[in-house]
Amino acid sequence: MSTSTLTGRAGAGPGSGPVVVTGLGVAAPNGLGAEEYWRAALAGRSGIAPITRFDPAGYSVRIAGQLDIEPKEHLPGRLLPQTDHMTRLALIAAEEALADAGADPEEMPAHAAGVVTAASGGGFEFGQRELEALWSKGGNHVSAYQSFAWFYPVNTGQVSIRHDLRGPGSALVAEQAGGLDAISKAARNVRGGTALMLAGGVDGSLCPWSLVCMTKSGRLSTVTDPDRAYLPFDAAASGHVPGEGGALLVLEARAAARERGARVLGEIAGYAATFDPRPGSGREPGLRRAIDLAFADARVTAADVDVVFADAVGVPDLDRIEAAVLAAVFGPRGVPVTAPKSLTGRLLGGGAPLDVASALLALRDGVIPPTAAAVDCAYADAIDLVTGEPREAALGTALVVARGYGGFNSALVVRR
Amino acid sequence: MPTTTFTMDDLTRLLRECAGEDDSIDLDGDIAAIAFEDLGYDSLALFNTVNRIERDYGIRLSDEIVAEVRTPGELLAEIAKHL
Repeated sequence: MSTSTLTGRAGAGPGSGPVVVTGLGVAAPNGLGAEEYWRAALAGRSGIAPITRFDPAGYSVRIAGQLDIEPKEHLPGRLLPQTDHMTRLALIAAEEALADAGADPEEMPAHAAGVVTAASGGGFEFGQRELEALWSKGGNHVSAYQSFAWFYPVNTGQVSIRHDLRGPGSALVAEQAGGLDAISKAARNVRGGTALMLAGGVDGSLCPWSLVCMTKSGRLSTVTDPDRAYLPFDAAASGHVPGEGGALLVLEARAAARERGARVLGEIAGYAATFDPRPGSGREPGLRRAIDLAFADARVTAADVDVVFADAVGVPDLDRIEAAVLAAVFGPRGVPVTAPKSLTGRLLGGGAPLDVASALLALRDGVIPPTAAAVDCAYADAIDLVTGEPREAALGTALVVARGYGGFNSALVVRR
Repeated sequence: MPTTTFTMDDLTRLLRECAGEDDSIDLDGDIAAIAFEDLGYDSLALFNTVNRIERDYGIRLSDEIVAEVRTPGELLAEIAKHL
């Protein structure tokens, strides 16, 4: 299929020009809030642990990046009966991102601000509870809020309502890759003239139903040692662990951000998405093309890229493909590669936006957050994996790579 | 004579459970004549609460009640007719 229509510059409109990030909101298993997460990532502190939200004894997967909060401390009581855990996390991240950007959409013209989020299945925990009520007690025991609380675009809806974001609103579903697709879509909205977009993804909600759905991919680790369950690029890689959280970014045109004196974290410089060929076709996976097209969109070459945030799925065959693609694009060990998600688990629609947030913070501070210390890279002749300790480096441009279950590939370039 | 009563306290308790509570509003004050909208409850919040009242008290209110009653006082009066 053609990918050119999916690149970031397509549809450039009245707001054409660089799109920049002016705010970050983060909810991660190893830190709530962008700075707390970033400290944990640099310290190599993991949020991966045995599941305690429910008794996982009967399930093949018992380890996750669980993020617990006291909802009442963060959200108005009126929102609690109508929100799943992942929506609460999204609302917290949205509030942080807008505050971080110094932006108040309620003071903006009616359709000047919008929101795009990536999602997987929606509010699983909420949905499971209501379906249990339906089957065990009957229809009159099901919350009216089930009408939307389980639904995959619910985070976009709730964030839009709470912050009066009446401009473009959408939700994208492409598993891990969807988080980059959402950011790119929002960047196109900004180029099309929308003054401010909130974009990214916050996903999760661990419960028996979601865990059973995720285990069907065959890609979740059944290892019960939290330090050994998710070892991307390691010879002992056994799949990955699921996690909760993600990140939301505030996007604006650089000119508008400058005009209002906003601090700029970096530019969304380029993006592309591709789809893998049919399984068994023998044709090359779409990952390489996604990276090449994102470089073309950003008008950069491999030599311009200072760090790669890898997809790092932790499935041996897929790790091997990614390591080989990175070696082919950059040359063997041609660029530092990292996977801070080895400390959070994979966050579905929230994973790649968290990597973009990490990339922007890495550019800001001139330091690459490490992959979990337990990872012993099996592809050390192909990729220079930053492991165990953060690495200081002069960073101007970062590549974020994301693959979604089902054949999705996306790549996004950010630069200072 | 009704065998069961349904008081304002019962209503505020179920509103809190079914639709939450805004910090800015005191449901324990005199809310009988304040519009649900001004108390922070939209039609879905009211629908959820009415559904629960019907279930807990074994009554059946009209399908249009959510659109028809505007205040807690009006809802109490309507419920009293069915107890």
